[in-house]
Amino acid sequence: MMILHAEQLAIGFGGVRAVDGVTLGIESGQVFSIIGPNGSGKTTLFNLISGIYVPNDGIIQLAGETVTGLAPEALARRGLSRTFQNLQIFFRMSVLENVMVGRHRHERTGILADMLHWPSVKRQNEETQKAALAALARVGLADLAERPASSLSYGALKRLEIARALASEPRVLLLDEPAAGCNSVETQEIDRVIRSIAKDGVTVVLVEHDMRLVMNVSDRVHVLSQGKTLTEGTPEQVRSNADVIEAYLGVHGSQEAMRAFG
Amino acid sequence: MSVRSLAERRYLPVLAIVVLIATAPLFFHSLFYYRIGALVFIFALAVVGLNLLMGFAGQVSLGHAGFLGIGAYAVAIGPTFFGLPPWASLIIGGVLSGVVAFAVGRPILQLRGHYLAVATLGFGVLISIVLTNEAEWTGGPDGMNVPHLVLFGWTVRGADVWYWLTGATFIGGFVLAGNMVDSPTGRALQAIHDSEIAARILGVDVASKKLTIFIISAVYASVAGSYLALFNGLVTPEVAGFLRSIELVAMVVLGGMGSVVGALVGAAVLVVLPQALTVFHEYEQALLGLIIMVFMIFLRRGIVPSLAATLSGWRR
Repeated sequence: MMILHAEQLAIGFGGVRAVDGVTLGIESGQVFSIIGPNGSGKTTLFNLISGIYVPNDGIIQLAGETVTGLAPEALARRGLSRTFQNLQIFFRMSVLENVMVGRHRHERTGILADMLHWPSVKRQNEETQKAALAALARVGLADLAERPASSLSYGALKRLEIARALASEPRVLLLDEPAAGCNSVETQEIDRVIRSIAKDGVTVVLVEHDMRLVMNVSDRVHVLSQGKTLTEGTPEQVRSNADVIEAYLGVHGSQEAMRAFG
Repeated sequence: MSVRSLAERRYLPVLAIVVLIATAPLFFHSLFYYRIGALVFIFALAVVGLNLLMGFAGQVSLGHAGFLGIGAYAVAIGPTFFGLPPWASLIIGGVLSGVVAFAVGRPILQLRGHYLAVATLGFGVLISIVLTNEAEWTGGPDGMNVPHLVLFGWTVRGADVWYWLTGATFIGGFVLAGNMVDSPTGRALQAIHDSEIAARILGVDVASKKLTIFIISAVYASVAGSYLALFNGLVTPEVAGFLRSIELVAMVVLGGMGSVVGALVGAAVLVVLPQALTVFHEYEQALLGLIIMVFMIFLRRGIVPSLAATLSGWRR
């Protein structure tokens, strides 16, 4: 089943076509990577899909429903979540509380019940906390649950964002450069986490510069260059595509490119 | 583990404050002390509400005295012109403040940071000008008299009675606000404070949450305003003035943003200090300013959060 479908998506900023007629279809349960050189429109595409930007043109469908122009919170309620390339952590809260916010769309109490601390709020807090702890355990952060989020290392914060998004039980999870700035041990951990998420049937859409990670975990790879689709295929097909290597490093950088693509 | 610690975090401060309010009169030498105590609780009530908006949701309001004014004039106008009992006027004032907050909040809460600050400032000034100019209803700059509060056929009078009434109301408001800390709404508000975009991605309806808490903080201020007017037996447009709004914000920041206990401490410092400093006559205001500056320089996160951090640092 096609869980996420984008047709001829386009958006421009002051004359620059950041995303220019991109079409992609993502099967449910796939790990789908979007790669491309810096400035090729990957993050812009993410912002379009997650409702942060409204496209000038094109349509987006989530599980068959047209969701073009819906706000992020409306998409969240339909089971789409994401992480951010530049971290968006709730730094005033503990690690656990950060992930508890991820449960928001499943929480059912109103403000008056919350202020009166109705028994339903207490019950729900316990459920929320349990689910949040489970999400933390999945990314290997359960031991740090009580710590202030601000005390975590960069690599741990990256995983905290994943746990927070996971806690919302998304059908589609967009990961924006989860391994950026991570060392090789942390990257391996991210690799393991992505595989385990996919195993649970969650569709993962990945933007990432670490080619080894992309090639390891992806079912399909979509390559962007200057806001347009360059090619799409399996990791093997993309790896051997001459256009891709050229787009990344220019014709002269082919040696480095070979190394980058492993 | 944390279920217990969350519960402790909520109930321990409540217990401490109940004990504090109940035992403080042992050290009171005259009715004047009760009077100061009542004023502290009245302002602390408004500050608890404003703190929900500022400390939790991270949205500033430089016009909250406007709601103080609506509440204050409700208990003056209701009984005088409509023959309503003061307690009913207090409730009507609260509802009216909520409705006004809804109408004003919808457009202006889309603004952020300094822009929101200026817009709320404008709202506060607007209310204060209306209260001054509509002299037929409000008595103009001279204000108007406010009847005694009558509860269940019993007239509330005397600073000591007001001390207990305002203290009890403050505890109620304190508990309601404190409950929110450990609730879906409270977590959503704190999330909005740190990253609106991340909150939205997780399904938090940011606009509606901001509006809700703005309305609630307005109702807190309104009830405090009604109490203030009933307690003084008099109301003037000054209650809704710009300086009052600033004073409320200063109480929030001084006590500690996001700290429910800080609301009481901030209100206490800014109500008690001017009284204590009157012995310095013309230097009173200057000293007050100096002390506030020193507080903020050395306890930069506000009194309660800074002291709490220092204490937990020692314990380790």
